[in-house]
Order: sequence, then C-alpha cells, then structure tokens
Amino acid sequence: MSAFNQNRSRIVQLIFIGAFVLITLQLINLQVFSTKYKMAADNNAFYRKVIYPDRGIIFDRKKRAILENTISYDLVVIPAESKGTDTLALCALLNIDTATYKKRMRDLIFKNGAVKPSVFEPLLTTENFARLNENMYRFPGFTLSERSVRSYPYDCGAAVLGYTAEVDTGFLRRHKDEGYEMGDYFGTTGLENSYEKILMGQRGIKRFIRDNKGRIQGPWEKGEFDTAAIAGKNLYSSIDVELQKLGEKLMENKVGSIVAIDPKTGGILCMVSAPTYNPNYLTGNQRKKHLVDMMYFDPRKPLLNRTVSTTYSPGSTFKTLVGIIGMAEGVIDDQMTVTCGGSYLGCGRRMGCHAAGTFTLKPAISKSCNSYFAVAFRRILDNVKVNNRDITLGLFNEYAYSFGLGKKLGVDLPSERMGNIPTSKYYQKIFGKNWQACNIISNSIGQGEITTTLTQLANVMAIIANKGWYYLPHLIDSVEGGDDYEMLARFKVKQRTKNIAESIFEEVHEGMQGTMEFGTGAYAKVPGINVCGKTGTVENAYRGESLKDHAFFGAFAPRENPRIAIAVMCENAGYGATSAAPIASLLIEKYLRDSIAGPERKAKIEQLSNMNLIPPQMKRLMKPEPNTIKKENIKKAIAKN
Amino acid sequence: MNRRNNNLAAEGIDYTVIWLYGILVSIGVLCIFMVEYKAGSNWLSTFLGGKTNYSKQLIFGGVCALVATFILLTDSKIFTAFANLSYLLGILLMLATFVLGKNINGSKSWIPLVGGFNLQPAELCKIFTSLAIAKFISRQEVDFSNLKSQLIAGVIALTPAALSILQHELGLALVYLSLLIAMFREGLPAQFLIIGSCFGILALATLIVERDALTITLTILAGLIIFLAYRQVRKKQRLITITAILSIWILCVGVQRYVVPYIFNNVLECYQSTRIYSMVGKDYDCSLNQKSNEKVTGKAARKPDDYNVRQSKIAIGSGGFFGRGFLKGTQTRGKYVPEQDTDFIFTSLGEAFGFVGCAVFLGLYLYFLFRIVRIAERQRSAFSRVYAYCVASILFFHIAVNVSMTIGLFPIVGITLPLISYGGSSLLTFTVLIFIMLRLDADRQMVLR
Repeated sequence: MSAFNQNRSRIVQLIFIGAFVLITLQLINLQVFSTKYKMAADNNAFYRKVIYPDRGIIFDRKKRAILENTISYDLVVIPAESKGTDTLALCALLNIDTATYKKRMRDLIFKNGAVKPSVFEPLLTTENFARLNENMYRFPGFTLSERSVRSYPYDCGAAVLGYTAEVDTGFLRRHKDEGYEMGDYFGTTGLENSYEKILMGQRGIKRFIRDNKGRIQGPWEKGEFDTAAIAGKNLYSSIDVELQKLGEKLMENKVGSIVAIDPKTGGILCMVSAPTYNPNYLTGNQRKKHLVDMMYFDPRKPLLNRTVSTTYSPGSTFKTLVGIIGMAEGVIDDQMTVTCGGSYLGCGRRMGCHAAGTFTLKPAISKSCNSYFAVAFRRILDNVKVNNRDITLGLFNEYAYSFGLGKKLGVDLPSERMGNIPTSKYYQKIFGKNWQACNIISNSIGQGEITTTLTQLANVMAIIANKGWYYLPHLIDSVEGGDDYEMLARFKVKQRTKNIAESIFEEVHEGMQGTMEFGTGAYAKVPGINVCGKTGTVENAYRGESLKDHAFFGAFAPRENPRIAIAVMCENAGYGATSAAPIASLLIEKYLRDSIAGPERKAKIEQLSNMNLIPPQMKRLMKPEPNTIKKENIKKAIAKN
Repeated sequence: MNRRNNNLAAEGIDYTVIWLYGILVSIGVLCIFMVEYKAGSNWLSTFLGGKTNYSKQLIFGGVCALVATFILLTDSKIFTAFANLSYLLGILLMLATFVLGKNINGSKSWIPLVGGFNLQPAELCKIFTSLAIAKFISRQEVDFSNLKSQLIAGVIALTPAALSILQHELGLALVYLSLLIAMFREGLPAQFLIIGSCFGILALATLIVERDALTITLTILAGLIIFLAYRQVRKKQRLITITAILSIWILCVGVQRYVVPYIFNNVLECYQSTRIYSMVGKDYDCSLNQKSNEKVTGKAARKPDDYNVRQSKIAIGSGGFFGRGFLKGTQTRGKYVPEQDTDFIFTSLGEAFGFVGCAVFLGLYLYFLFRIVRIAERQRSAFSRVYAYCVASILFFHIAVNVSMTIGLFPIVGITLPLISYGGSSLLTFTVLIFIMLRLDADRQMVLR
C-alpha cells in the first residue's frame, strides 16, 4: 500500500515548495520592491525634536543691546501622568477655575494625545514661576520647561524693532522650503522681519526613537546624526538708544513721528512713531490681549509705523526742493525777488501766506514765503526754452526722484510706502491736455498731490546737508560675522542727485539757517550750534472735515559739518514752529552734545512731553481711562454737594 | 546491559534533525531577545536572571532538552501502545478546560498549573492525535482506501478541532486540518483536497467579487460548459451530464450567495470576519454579525482595524534586502507590532535581517520539512511513517500559516511559529512531537508494527 502511494510523497513535497515559493514571492514584494514600508517605519519610530536657536541680538550704535533674549518658562504637562495632581492648588496658583483646568486638559489630550508633553500654560510670569517652582512636587506630570523669549531692555523702539509671532499655516505655505515648522516663531514686523534670515539662526535637530505609544526611548544611534542649533547672528544698528528714548518721551501725548539720519552714512539715529508702546507687552503671555487692544481698540493705531508706512503732504519743507530745482534749471537766480502782500494771487485763486514783503530765495526760505515758490514753480513748468509742461514737469520729477521721493527708499523695514510725485499723465487725465501750471500750483508749497513719508523727508534734509549725495537710510550697519546674505550691500552705495551746483545748496543752507535765526523756526534754535531748518504747516482734512494743520519740521546740524539730519511731524498739532521745531532742536542738541544743557532746556523736555496734541477726532474715539472716569464721578459728586 | 541499552538508544538517531532543532530553537531565543532587548541593560545578567522572556525561553529550552533526552531513552513501543490512551487523555483534558479553563487573551483554553505556568491541552493534543491517527491507519485490518476508515480517521482528527473551536482557538482547530496532508499520503482521494481548495477559491472569490457579478459569472460559466459538453457527450448521457453540471452550479451559487455570508455573519466572530476581510483589503461591516449584535447591543460597531497586519508588514517591509541589522529594527524597538514575541516573532527576524535573513531562515525550515519527509519514507512501519507525515504536516501548516499571516497573505489566526515563538507549551509540544519521531526513526530497523 505504501508503495502504491509512493508518488504522493512527491506531491506533498510539491505542496510544501509551493507554499514556500508563495511566501518568498510576497517577501520579495514587501522587502525588495516596496519602499513605502521603510518610510512607514521611519514615520512610526522617529521623533524629530527641534532645538531652537537663540535669535540674534540687536545692538545700538554704542553696542548696547536693545533687543535680546531672556528665558521664560512654560508649564508643560503629560496628561497621562498627571493623576494625583493637586488640581485645586494648581488652579489657585494659576488663577483659573477647575472647569478651565478640565477643559484645557481635554483639549490638550484631543490635540496631542495623553502621553506626549503639551504646553498647559505658556510664558509664565516670574511671580507665577517662582510660586510654581516651590510647589512642583505637588503636581506630578507637570514640569517647567524653559524657552527663549525676546526682550527689549530699554522698553523702546517698538515700531523699529518689531516683534515675533508663531507661524501660521499661510506663512508655512508661502515659505515652504525655508525650514519653518508649526510652532516656530518668526519676525512679523520691523527689523525682526527684515532681518529674519539672519536673526533666526539655524535650528538643531535631535532624532529620538519613539515607541508605539509615542514615548521617547532614547536618541537614535546615540545622536550621531543630530545637528546642533546655531544661534542667529547679532546685528549692529545705527540707532542711538538714548536719542530714541528721548524722542519717544518728547512724542508722548502726540501722534506723529521722528526720523533722524546721520547724513554721512545714511544710518538712522532714531526713528519714533508715536504713539508707541512698550515692546515688552508683546512678549509675555498677555501678548494676544495687548495686540488685540492695540490693533482694534486704539484709534491712534499704535502698531502703525508712521515713519515709513504713512505718507503726508510735506508742506513747506518741500519748498527747499522747489528752490533748489529752480536754481539748478536756471529759471530763478539769487537775485530774483518776489513781492508778496500776504497772499499769492497769480493764479486767480488766493493762496494765503504767513509773511509779507519782498523776498529773494534766502529770506523766502527763512520766512517760508508761499508767493516766492509759487512763482519759482511756475517758472520751472513754463520754462520758455522747453515750452512743454509735460516735459518740464517730467524734468522736475526727475529731480524729485533723485532726492529719493516718489519711490520706495528701500529702508530696511517692511511695509514702506512710496509716497507720490504726480506725473503729467495724471494731470492730463484730470485737467485735459492743456493743463496749466496754475492747476497744480499747490505742489509748489508741498501741498496738493505730492506726498512723502517722513523718512523720505529726513533723507531730503540729509541730501541738502551733504550738498547732493546720500546713502540709503538704513537701521542696520553691520552683521556680526559678516553679511552672508548681502543684505547690507545696497546701503554702502553712494547715491547722487541730479547734477546740482554746490553754490545752490549754499544758498539754501543760508536760507535754512535764517529760518532758525530770524524766520519761522526761531523756537528751534540750539544755543551755540548752527542749525539749518525748515518748518512746514500742512492743511488737511479727514472725511471732509477740515482739521488742525499737521506740524512739520526738517533740519540738519551743524551747518558746517552736518552730523544729523532730522524730520519731525506732529499730526494735527497746528503751527509747525511750536511743536515739531522745538522737539527737533532738543534731539539735535542731545545728539551733538550728548546731553541737554541748562535747566531751562531740561524743563522744555517735560513741557513738550506733557503737551497733549492728540488729534481731537482720535481723542473722541479713545476709551476713557478708568481713573479719569472715577475722577469725573468724584467731581460730579462734589458739584452736587 | 545498561551500557548496551544506551548504545542502542544512541544508534540510528538522525543527528541532522537534532542539529536543525537546536539551530531553530537558538534562533528563536535570539529573536525573543531582539524583541525584548532594551538599550543599556546587561544582556548577560538578564539572560541568566529568569525574569525576561528570552531567559524563560532558555529555561524552557533546557526543560525540553531533558524531555527530549528522556524520549530518546524510552522504548519506541510505548508510543504505539499508549497511542489511543493518550488520545483519550488529550480529549479529556480538552473537555476539562471547559470547567477548569483560565482565560488568556480571550481564549479559554488554558489549565492553570502550579508555579504560574499554564497548560494548553489543545496544543498537546496535536501529539496525541498524530499518534492516534498513525495507530489507526497502521492497523492491519484497516484498509485506508475505503470510505469508512477515511471517515473514522477524519473523526479522530476533527474531534479536537471541534473542541478547539468551542474554546475560541480557531488557529489550533485549523492545524488539525493539516493532518489531511498526512492522510492524503496514505491514500485519501485527491478529490477531497481538490474540492476543499475549490471551496476555498470560491469563498475567496465571494470576498473579492461583487455578489451578483459572481452569480452571473458562474451562470455564464455553467452555460458555456453545457454548450461545449452538449456535442461531446453521447445522447444517453446528456441528461446526466447536464443535471450534474446544473447541480454543481446550484451548489456553487448557493455557497457563494448564502453559505459564505452565513459563515461570516453567524459562525465566525466579528473580529475573525474582519481579519479575513482586511486580508483582501476590504472592510467588514460588524453590524451584520449576529454574534457581535448579541453581545454589544446598542453600541455602535467599531470600525475594523488592521493595525496588527499593517505594523507587521511595515516591520518586515522596512527590513529591505539586507535588513536593518541586529537590534536596530525601529519597529521592534518601539514595540509597534503587538504579540511580537509569540505569533509575530517572524517580524523581528524580517526587520533585522531582511530578505536575505528570511530566505535563509525559510530555506532552513524547508530543509527541515524535507528531511522529515525523507525520514517518513524510509520507515518500514506504517505507524512510524504516518506519524512522521503528521509531524511534517503540522510543522508545515504552522510555518506556512504563521509566516503568511505576518506578511498579509493569510488572516490572523493564533498560530505560533514552531520552535521560534516564545512559549513553553508550544516549544514543548513540538519538541515531543519531533523527538518521538526521532525515537521511532532510530528503531526503524525493528520489526514491523
């Protein structure tokens, strides 16, 4: 019988072989031809921990840190291990109720799972940290983990320095290949944003092995493939932090801005946008609240950088430029006189004036005579040699462009506006082909369609001081360890205006100095220093309602060897000479002499600082401060009695 | 006298099998070590400490060596003598589990012993059943070519299988089916296997193909065969042929439309149906399952999860051609594969040593099986031969099903990888199974039994 079935032994063996071949084929499929399993295994097992580098520090011109890092602590919890925590005590310490505790815990478990650490309370205050640190033994599963946070030791320069924020999905989509990940911080505004690439540094990555529940088992291959975090590079700015602080103090209770430039280098010495805020407000755990408050509930818009992101008509400060262009084109000379009876009537429409008399260029600048510059502007446009206003306006604009107007200057700050130098095309649309110089006569005194940012205006002052050349205004002078991204190269290129004789600038200097000596800027005199300045008072309206004039003042000093060019503007402050000019004079003195001399001048700081020039339309919208309400109530109560 | 006996005992023993056995058990301990190893622990002390599974497996190995030696020293006659008695004992033990049983991993098939050890009678019963079948077929008066004796053999094999099913041990129950291979060698008509596999293919087709589409396909197929056969067959036989084809068609459609869904919904547990469906990449709707509905009334049916197979395939697949290296498998170190030291032990091997390691390992096993078949064929006694075939069949079934389920070729049933998987019961069973065969083989020169 066994012999009869002998061949079946072969069949049995064939069955064995068949099964093993099938298995082998599937193994080849899985192990040799599929790559997805390897990836799936890596996804399972590797936990990449990002080691955050410290962001770079920003120093001022005297190597004082104005933006640096401090350690802050997050309260971190592993929900699965938090059983036995004294919930009541913890809630009392954090000042939350148990319902909030439970809700947060639920959310964390939902988002991140129960066995992985999640941030329970970010950015603890020092007080909370101290209290928690003593009591940590009562809260198993909770730990304090440190993290680096930005800090502003001088509490100033908010608009310039900017702040950081956590990346959102939109940002990640836009910056796909730059190595950002959810949870990273990036510079949103100011220098933090412009120099993000340099400041962010390079993150380190540690690879850990993770088990099936997401718990860390230890480093992968003993950390052989880990990379270390490289701290962001430090930046040296041209800002003088003392000047900046003084500027911010002087601009208290006002809306406006200050830009001071070192004309020799183009480095910005101070850049104040008022109202400002303490930049440290936007680092702690109350960040969101403060941000929302300022963004939506303050009509003065403190987050707006008024030095580069708003444009204004430059007003009379623009007259200097009109004079220079007229002289350079040879349509006026230093002998030309204009007699003004208190208003310019040449265009049929009355254009008011502050001063009456007969003027040449110099006193015209000093006294800010509207008629003189209206005549000069008309002569430029109606130049007989050219006899075509489209061309003459184009020529005029070319001069303006070469002074850095009508285009983005390229300051190293985000969201810079370009201002407006209107072209003939624009006027052809409005006034038709045969538009007249009289149509746009307002431009001659810096009103009308001409708009500039305050930084552009400060830059114009620097150009006049330098007699025809400038460096692009900038905040950062150098990068520690070299400018790898070539971000500063453009600030080292000397820019020149259209060819203008030095004597013309001399004339203008003379006129501007006159402003301070006997003209409109007499308030801004700095004892012992030859300051050249020009006031500006700009008419403006808001939603059809005519408002108080904007006050402008542009200046540079000392005349012989200009070291500071400055532009100050106060929104709706009225006549330029009473607010903007004295602010500029104090800043010039502070910068050139390092301190304010004499009790009289010092008292002026307080006086200017307390001067409340907040535009009435904003004042109306502002929330009354709680204690003023109380005071009013008390007053009412007293009145009743 | 004593010495002569010893010589007799050592004589004729197939050392190749012992070597293979030793190598495989060592690989098993190594695999368990890979699964359980934690970086930084002192492997020597944990090996000797007896706390870890690999250390325990080492102890089991020692016990098994003792048992093996003991078996080799016995007289092979006692196996024939006690074959039926042991079978009876095995069945009794299995019945006893229903009373004394302890619930481990959802199957109530373990009897607690002293010292925290547990005994799984269904596991041991493999030996007894093999012996009983060998005994039955080798009897002089049994002619295995007649249906009656085939049915009796079938009952012997399927009784413990049925009991296993009652204990929720589907895997072990299936093992008893593998004895059909041994019976096939002894003259079981091939039709059984062919019809069996046809049913298997039909069941698989039911899973993959849409129900109505399959019915239509079967109908067209039947019509085609009738059309072709009509001319070929003589007139007289036409009616019979057509009736036969039609009845086969009715059977197939009945199986496909009613029997298979009935088995999935009423016989199998929800999780078993889910596993089988997930193997072909489909979701099984547990709300159809009668058993699960009885148990979890009002509770929404859980979404089926093929986590085990997925992680197991990832582990093996990530090994690649050469493997990730000893103790470097991330799936193993992270404990991603559940039950990795028992049913899924193959994954640790596949991950660490890759395709090359797997191929070598499978080659070793195939060699082992062929060796046993060779041993079987050289027996003079029918008892020894049938028994050896039973051993080969059981081993083959275990290996094929275990490895197939880890690589997603077979639904997950609780079947261990012989000699490799962690567990004393399993190791002891296979040791006894193999060494009884070796003892019988050593005595192959003796008289016919």
